[in-house]
Amino acid sequence: MINIIAELSKYFFILCLAFYTFNGFIVFRYPDHEDQRSFYIIQNVFMMMFHAAGYAILILKGWDEGLIFFYAVQLVLILAFIILYRVIYPKSQPLIINNLCMLLCVSFVMLQRLSSSKCVRQFIIAVAGMVIALVVPFLMKFAKAVFTHLTFIWGIVGIAILGVVLILGSVTYGSKLSFTIRNITFQPSEAVKIIFVFFVAGMLYEDQSIKRIIITTVFALAHIGILALSRDLGSALIFFVVYVMMLYVATGKVRYLLGGFLMGAVCAVTGFKLFSHVRTRVIAFLDPWSHIDGQGYQITQSLFAIGTGGWFGMGLGGGTPKKIPVVEADFIFAAISEEFGCLFGICIILVCMSNFLMFINIALKIKDDFLRLVALGFSVVYGFQMFLTIGGVTKFIPLTGVTLPLLSYGGTSVIVTLIMFAVIQGIYSMRDRGAGNDEA
Amino acid sequence: MTKPDNGSYKNQIHVVMSLFTLLFLVMMGYFAYYVQFSSIDDINNTYNPRQETLAQKVVRGKIISADGQTLAYTQEGNGTEERIYPYGSIFAHVVGYTGKGKSGIEQIANISLLTSNASLNEKLSSEMAEKKNIGDNIITTLDTDVQKTAYDALGLYKGAVVAMDPDTGRIIAMASNPGFDPNTIAKDWDELNTMTATSPLLNRATQGLYPPGSTFKIVTLLEYLRENADCEDYAFNCKGSFTYDGVTIRCYHGSVHGQIDLKTSFAKSCNSSFANIGSSLNNTSFRKTAGDLLFNEELPIKLNYRQSVFELTGKSDTEEKLHTAIGQGKTVISPLHMAMITAAIADGGMSKKPYVIDRIENYTGETVKKYEPSNYKRLMSDKEANFIDGYMKEVVQSGTGTKLLNQPYEAAGKTGSAEFGSTKGESHAWFTGYAAQNDRRLVVTVIIEGAGSGSDYAVPAAKRVFDTYFGKYGT
Repeated sequence: MINIIAELSKYFFILCLAFYTFNGFIVFRYPDHEDQRSFYIIQNVFMMMFHAAGYAILILKGWDEGLIFFYAVQLVLILAFIILYRVIYPKSQPLIINNLCMLLCVSFVMLQRLSSSKCVRQFIIAVAGMVIALVVPFLMKFAKAVFTHLTFIWGIVGIAILGVVLILGSVTYGSKLSFTIRNITFQPSEAVKIIFVFFVAGMLYEDQSIKRIIITTVFALAHIGILALSRDLGSALIFFVVYVMMLYVATGKVRYLLGGFLMGAVCAVTGFKLFSHVRTRVIAFLDPWSHIDGQGYQITQSLFAIGTGGWFGMGLGGGTPKKIPVVEADFIFAAISEEFGCLFGICIILVCMSNFLMFINIALKIKDDFLRLVALGFSVVYGFQMFLTIGGVTKFIPLTGVTLPLLSYGGTSVIVTLIMFAVIQGIYSMRDRGAGNDEA
Repeated sequence: MTKPDNGSYKNQIHVVMSLFTLLFLVMMGYFAYYVQFSSIDDINNTYNPRQETLAQKVVRGKIISADGQTLAYTQEGNGTEERIYPYGSIFAHVVGYTGKGKSGIEQIANISLLTSNASLNEKLSSEMAEKKNIGDNIITTLDTDVQKTAYDALGLYKGAVVAMDPDTGRIIAMASNPGFDPNTIAKDWDELNTMTATSPLLNRATQGLYPPGSTFKIVTLLEYLRENADCEDYAFNCKGSFTYDGVTIRCYHGSVHGQIDLKTSFAKSCNSSFANIGSSLNNTSFRKTAGDLLFNEELPIKLNYRQSVFELTGKSDTEEKLHTAIGQGKTVISPLHMAMITAAIADGGMSKKPYVIDRIENYTGETVKKYEPSNYKRLMSDKEANFIDGYMKEVVQSGTGTKLLNQPYEAAGKTGSAEFGSTKGESHAWFTGYAAQNDRRLVVTVIIEGAGSGSDYAVPAAKRVFDTYFGKYGT
């Protein structure tokens, strides 16, 4: 009997997320907020059905029965977050909130299956992050004042934080990414992303003179250089792409876009020639099967998981995702795809993509140039990071070792993503403000 | 300065949005394509720890020959499963075994055999009944009649036969002797592994490395052609032996071939003449030509195989050089590789990927995946292939392969008698060649260990395989 339920649950999970995703896309067709509301409520229903079914299957399959309590606490948190956001910020964007909660639900269920203790920690961090996310939109009123005066200080702050990590940081998987204070591990490069986007927006929103561009570029290159020295290639790439995109949008000059990518290509080739860890990643990408015991191990294990799972997956608890190294963090997408199936995986990509499109839409709607650049910057951070990690684990592009926002286990990543979502909410609620002269 | 108007960034933002949307869509397309089409080859890897999980849910599928005969199936008893191989040792190496590890098709198609593409309805109802699903079937390219003939042709000798369609790369037969009974592999396992003198578990067709003997003159001929545009003007007076730099090479069986040109040297397999040719060759470019023909290279096949070796380098001495030119020395080759080179000559210089799995079907016979023929690499130019083709035809017309004359099919080939070990006169019998009748063509490569000369032992064995194949499909 349990087998039948487990088998049927595979299709139920896919249907829940598929309907959820579908409702998320049709709202784009209804500009009127009142019309959209029913779709958002349907989304909440599918989200809760998924969450409940996920925990039910885990309990049925013999995971700890005490989970029912933990499940209830999660449900309360998610409902409380959705309701509080509605009440405190009536002008907030519900799709972003829904997507955030949906992705967290998937993350909780998947982490519960992979490692209870990590799921509990993810939950605690999510609580902290949600509290911060409730405050951030309010603080956005001051953001412009803070980041547009003495902007360069924020550039120095970012460089300083990254520099400290480079010198003091502990090495994880060949990259200097984090340091630990009292058992809590920080990944400052994640947090610096936020400061960096504000910094670039502050530098370029008003003055696009050559002198200004050169100064900003020097600061950006310093960030990227330190990250490259820390061997954090994924983050270096994200900062690079975000800067090129923001510069292009601010100046409107295609030559910056093309020049940026040309320079990126030159740096990539140089990096390949100079650094063995870059070569390792490229080798693992080009021919993982010949190096299945070494450089290719991670990616081939990930492909085994995805391929064996197929379209419909092995069923929650039915696969062997733990064979993939760092599965809870960088490879969470492979685990999701193995157990929930590739169709589910495609829905996850679509949900992330709808986040990106919503962010970009807000960037288009907002009238203030500074906030517009900030929204654009965060869209690119989010979209590109998701592209790097999903593209990496499916071997579409070489692995870069970045997390999948909200789904991967990882404290800093979850908090930073929640803050980014909240910043976007804050910007959205200021959409009716004037054209960049609100201080006047 | 003038303030940009409100629409200032809109165009650029649209560009960024389109760029990323495109990126996501391509990535999703790639992901779906991978899962649907490519992943099946990747996940069938012994490093994939998920294969055991699948075996608990699915009854292993059948392996079926191209002519519809069952080569392996699983019989379910009271909670037990037994793998039955109706043809016993005849297909033992290529179909392989499962239980004590896996080999052959059982290994390379393991995941497909353990995957059920039955309809969703059916899968659910077997879940309801707590029954296992039925795994997919593998339809091979192998023909039972040709395989039986190939296996019988080896008789009591150790050796291997490969039969392949040069137009597609389909393996029609792959026999290796001595064999073993895959039905009783678990019981016989320990004993089979102690038989180091005969190594019955070894698939000699892909894992056996043999000195090529005179069949290697194909490579020497190609190199001579590449170094000498006027090679057809070549003339040599064979007195039964050839001495150069103090190294003497003798013709097989003490033959004296007299005044001969290049074509006759090849057709009669004159060692003295080819040693003379070898003495003139440039070692470095000889090595490159051997590399073009996939010596010291990987072969495009998933079955376990060993790589052929060509050791001659720019630093090698005269003795090694002359011996290499006539296929002795340190060069070794697998029968499958020899068949691939032969197939490339038959097909204008292009080698096809050899393959043994034609398609995967679910148990009701619906095709799940079909494997199409594909080119692998160009081993030589079209012109070079035609040149060698003419020479190989002459071997059958007037040389060492005349036993293949006057058949319903037209044959071409090259024989070889590869000396091995220290005892003088002991040699492996080789034949590699192809024949055509109407639209059908077949490459056959035969190696019979320790039998004697290629023309006496390997050619008749190849003839039996040609007779069976063209008797069945030629008309």
